[in-house]
This record gives sequence, C-alpha cells and structure tokens, in this order.
Amino acid sequence: MIVGERKPLAEILKAIEPYKKVLILGCGECVTVCMAGGDKEARETALALSIARRKAGNPLEVKSHTVERQCEFEYLESARQMVEEADVVVSLACGVGVQTMNMHYEDKQTLPGLNTTFMGMPVESGVWMENCLGCGSCVLEETMGICPIARCSKSMLNGPCGGSQDGKCEVSKDIDCAWHLIVERMMKFNKLEQLQEVKPPKDWTPSHHGGPRKMIREDVKL
Amino acid sequence: MTKSNLQKVLESGIFAVTGELGPPKSAEREKVEHHAKILKGYVDAVNLTDNQTAIVRASSIACGKIILDLGVEPNIQITCRDRNRIGIQSDVLGAVALGIKNILCIQGDHASFGNEPQAKNVNDLDSINLISTLKKMRDEQELLGGDKLEAPIDIFIGAVANPFADPFEYRAYRLAKKVAAGADFIQTQAIYDMERFERWMEKVRELGLHKKVPILAGIIPLKSVGAARYMQKNVAGMIVPDHIIDRLKAAEDKKAEGVNIAVEMIKHLQTIEGVAGVHIMAVAWEEIVPEIVKRAGLYPRPKFD
Ligand code: SF4
Repeated sequence: MIVGERKPLAEILKAIEPYKKVLILGCGECVTVCMAGGDKEARETALALSIARRKAGNPLEVKSHTVERQCEFEYLESARQMVEEADVVVSLACGVGVQTMNMHYEDKQTLPGLNTTFMGMPVESGVWMENCLGCGSCVLEETMGICPIARCSKSMLNGPCGGSQDGKCEVSKDIDCAWHLIVERMMKFNKLEQLQEVKPPKDWTPSHHGGPRKMIREDVKL
Repeated sequence: MTKSNLQKVLESGIFAVTGELGPPKSAEREKVEHHAKILKGYVDAVNLTDNQTAIVRASSIACGKIILDLGVEPNIQITCRDRNRIGIQSDVLGAVALGIKNILCIQGDHASFGNEPQAKNVNDLDSINLISTLKKMRDEQELLGGDKLEAPIDIFIGAVANPFADPFEYRAYRLAKKVAAGADFIQTQAIYDMERFERWMEKVRELGLHKKVPILAGIIPLKSVGAARYMQKNVAGMIVPDHIIDRLKAAEDKKAEGVNIAVEMIKHLQTIEGVAGVHIMAVAWEEIVPEIVKRAGLYPRPKFD
C-alpha cells in the first residue's frame, strides 16, 4: 500500500492562512489503513485546525469528508457540493489523490495535507517499511523475494557493499541490510551460487528515470 | 600500450606497496604536492580518494594529475555515489587523457555520512557494474551503451574487498565476482583482525582467486587509542579487536607502538600465500610511511625502464 504521514499542523495552518472556508478530504484506501488520512484523521485535523484558528483570532469554517478512493475521478463526485462551497481543499490522500482532485475540480485548489512516504507494508503495530520503488522491472525472482532496489540504501544489484555489518546497513542500525537478508535466504535455500553471476547495470528507463510513466492497455481501452 | 608502474611491479612478482592521499577540503595544490613528495619513492602508486566518507574534497582526478606531474603514480578512486554512467565514463576518458592509468572502482559511502547529507545518492551503477564498464571500455573499446570509442584506452582496473564486512561467508565470493567482472588488482579494507583476514584468504585460495588477481592488504597505522576506538565503533565494515587497543593502551609511546603494530602486520602479510602487496592508508599521517616501508624491509622500491 501507499504509506503516508500527515504534515505537521503548523505547515497546514500556514498553507490555509489566506482562506476562510476549508474542506479536509480524507481517503478510504491506503492512508486509512496506515492511519494517516482516513475519516478519523480528517475529522481530527479539521477540529485541530478550527481550534488553532479560533485561538489565533482568525476563525475558520472547516468541514471534513472522506471519499472511498481519492485516486479515481468517479469517487470524487460525492464531495462535489462541499468542494464547491470551500475556498480551498486540503487532501489527506497520497500525492496521487491530491492530483486527481486538482484534475477533477480544475477551478478549485487542493493542497496536500500529507507527505506520501513510500510504497510498503505494516510489519508490526505502528511500524511500516518501504519495500518497492516501482522501478518498472522486477528482480525479486533473482533476490529471493527481497528487493535490493528499494531496500538496499545504495540500490545495489551485486551487493552487499563493504559497509554491511552484523546484518545492519551502514546507514543506520535501524535498517536491516537487504543484501544480508538476501544472502541468508539464499543460503537457506542452498542457492548461494546464484550470487556469483555478475548482474549487468540496471536499465533505469522503465523507472521514473525514463520520465513520467503512463501505461496503456489496448485490451481494456474503450 | 604502456603499463602503469603498479602493474609492472605486480607482474614482476615483487611485493607491492601503495599509499593513500586524501585531497584537501580546499583548492590548495601545495598540500597535495607536499604529501606526494613525502610518499615519493616509498610507494609504487598513491590512491587519491574520491570524496571519502561523502565529504566534499578536491577532485581525485585533478589531484591525480597534480601528483603525476611530480613523478608520483596516481591510482584514482571512482565511486558510484556521485555520478551516473555518463559522468563516470566521461571522467575515465578525461583521467586517461591526463595520463592516469590506475583506476579503483568503489561503491562509496552513503551520502548520509558526509557534509552534504541531503544529497541524492546516484548509484546508477554498482561497484561491480563499474568494474565491468571499465573493462568494456578498455577491452572492447566500447561504452556501456554500445557506442564505440574513437580510440583505445589503457587502464589498470582496481577493486576493493572487505573481509571484515558481513556476511562473512559471502565475502570471498564477492571477490570472485569482482574478478569475473574484470578487476586487475584488489586493495582490501584495513586489517586489524588478522585471524579473520587469514580465514578469508584461505577461502580466497580455495577459490583460486589469488592466482587470478593480485591482492594488496590494507594497513592503517594507529596513532592513538582514541583513533583505534573510533574505528572500532564508528567506521562501517571495520573490525578492531580489543587486543590491539589493549596493546596501544599499555604502550608508553602510542605512536611508536602503532608503527610497531603496522610493521609487524606487514611482515606477517608477506608470509601469507596470495598476498601480493600492502596498501598503506596513512591519511593525515603521511610522514610515517617512509619509516614503515623501510622497517618492513620494503625499501627501496623497484624502478622500471
Ligand atoms: S549495508 Fe547493505 S543495505 Fe546498506 S548499502 Fe550496503 S548492501 Fe545496501
């Protein structure tokens, strides 16, 4: 899923300073699951903003609403009236949702209320980890299901580097060395010899480095 | 095709000695020259680090040219951290045009260690990709993308190995991979844990790698207990056993003891099958190198042509 973290309240307050009527728009998908931008967070954010503005002597009319999925146009219609009544919308969806809103409601500005952090998963309660960069050409079959592009700090293809120690990455003791995990898993499956193969440089063109991507599937196009 | 001095030494079978020089955090040519003059005649080539530990310093290639002008052979380091394949290949061509022949391929410490921690880490290639890229440029006269070079280049390709990083079981295989990718010589991380180094060399010999590539063992002479402790705790991929620290602690003259340890280690390394030389990294203590080289019985250095 897409993991996000709500922006600090002060940052949102600064962004909405010129406005009197604000809609906080949550999303019912990933950001609900990672507890950053669902209905609950939208309500809480609206309340916090309202209190802060009242204290500052600049009262704010703030509403909150949550759509099922902010990254598809058809789900955005349920918010139309509230969007039209507001001076500005603050979206608690990921960056995709914010942009879908700006495209759909062209005459209204939607501001980001969330920092989209990464594609990842919850590993334990309150902890999420990044494990995919969407590089466009998956190598997981070669690396025992552990992504070196996303999870090695240097995105190495032929790792581990010389900084790997005690299973940890040189960057921080809080980061598991992805290549250590790969090597261990290869040993477990008796496949260490696979690592002897020299992997050629990665073709980064299917990733964002090739420019913004678009996927077209003729078989499902109308 | 002319060979580098380092290549000639290694091919002659003489135990090689390389040194290291950290470019300044300034554009002071004199500093580079000063250190090169100290090392001149005591080492076969001098490594020029490439923004080591991700700290911005004068360019390794530029400093390589400065020492070359003084008659000291450079071994320039290139990391994958700061440049993509376009920048790297261009720099290699420029370096060769300046007369540089030895190039050491390294991954590079993560930018978060340095003085520009907000930088984007490039890592377009990894260190093994970098080795094969240089090999392709030299042996096939071709760029990575397939475009032909207009004239051949001559380079002696170096790579690094760290027997002290984990997972240990994999480290000799990683060396094998670097050799397969095209490394002509190897320099290792600094050794303090001789027992582990020997275990690694055993595996290296088992794989027959010592016959395929000359290995220069890394040495950093210790100046103080604090320096040893710092490396023990803070340097990624380094092991400094307690007995080394205890020995320094017990010594009255720490620096002299640090030199003793280095000399003893070098003498011992000369007896290990498959060790073809030493790489002495006395950065910020360059003036000690002549003494170490002499006491280890490695002076004078061979002269060719
Ligand atoms: S320590 Fe491991 S995860 Fe960190 S950069 Fe090196 S190989 Fe990658």
